[in-house]
Amino acid sequence: MASALINVPKRAKRGEIIEIKTLMSHIMETGYRHTATGEVVPRDIITSFVCRYNGVEIFHADLFPAIAANPFITFFTVATESGKFDFEWIGDKGFAETASASILVE
Amino acid sequence: MRTLEQTSRRRFLGLAGSTAVLGAIPIVTVRPAEATPAMLATAIRNVVGEAPVRIGKVKLDVPPLVENGNTVPMTVSVQNPMTANDYVKSIHVFNEKNPQPNVGNFYLGPHAGRAQISTRIRLADSQKIVAIARLSDDSFWSTSVDVVVTLAACTEEVI
Repeated sequence: MASALINVPKRAKRGEIIEIKTLMSHIMETGYRHTATGEVVPRDIITSFVCRYNGVEIFHADLFPAIAANPFITFFTVATESGKFDFEWIGDKGFAETASASILVE
Repeated sequence: MRTLEQTSRRRFLGLAGSTAVLGAIPIVTVRPAEATPAMLATAIRNVVGEAPVRIGKVKLDVPPLVENGNTVPMTVSVQNPMTANDYVKSIHVFNEKNPQPNVGNFYLGPHAGRAQISTRIRLADSQKIVAIARLSDDSFWSTSVDVVVTLAACTEEVI
């Protein structure tokens, strides 16, 4: 159900600064909303996001209910060698999703 | 006769106005607890500890007038060379009036190349947003931006 959108350049020059864009489909229920009958809708958010480049962590983020639904996060890194980016999202109610993208560095 | 009628109408309107004001107070107190400036200060202290936070180096890009608080694009960038010895360790974003003062913590490193992150956030009210960057020498730099929100997020009913 959950799906990720990843945007990483397919190829880059060695040492080039590249932008990585990620989007994970998720409701990000804040836990502060009520139904019409007054019950609190329980919190259901993604709490952490990690990006690894060839197994080495290059970026991670702690997310809070103030992050909008379908968390969209972009950041930068230096293209050092060809390989793989692994992305991981972890959240409430046992939410865990991964995605990956490969890059060719010339 | 006429003056009496006018007085009573004026008095009636005056009374109606004051009851309306009185009636508004309970509505305000019933609303979900907002993060207060004190909670914002506590949240910031939890991150920076006793270290001084200086103004500067950080740039926070948020539209000054937001129509829909449910998704507000935000970019934080830090003026930094991002070398092995001088880089941004992390970027922390806080808000003043959402139910919770934290927005997000973003951890970078010397390999980031450029100290810049973007995401989309929720804003429950017109308020101040604070971004703080921690550099590799453990100094803290901050900036804040005031945002006006016309449609608030977070507290609406689920239909």
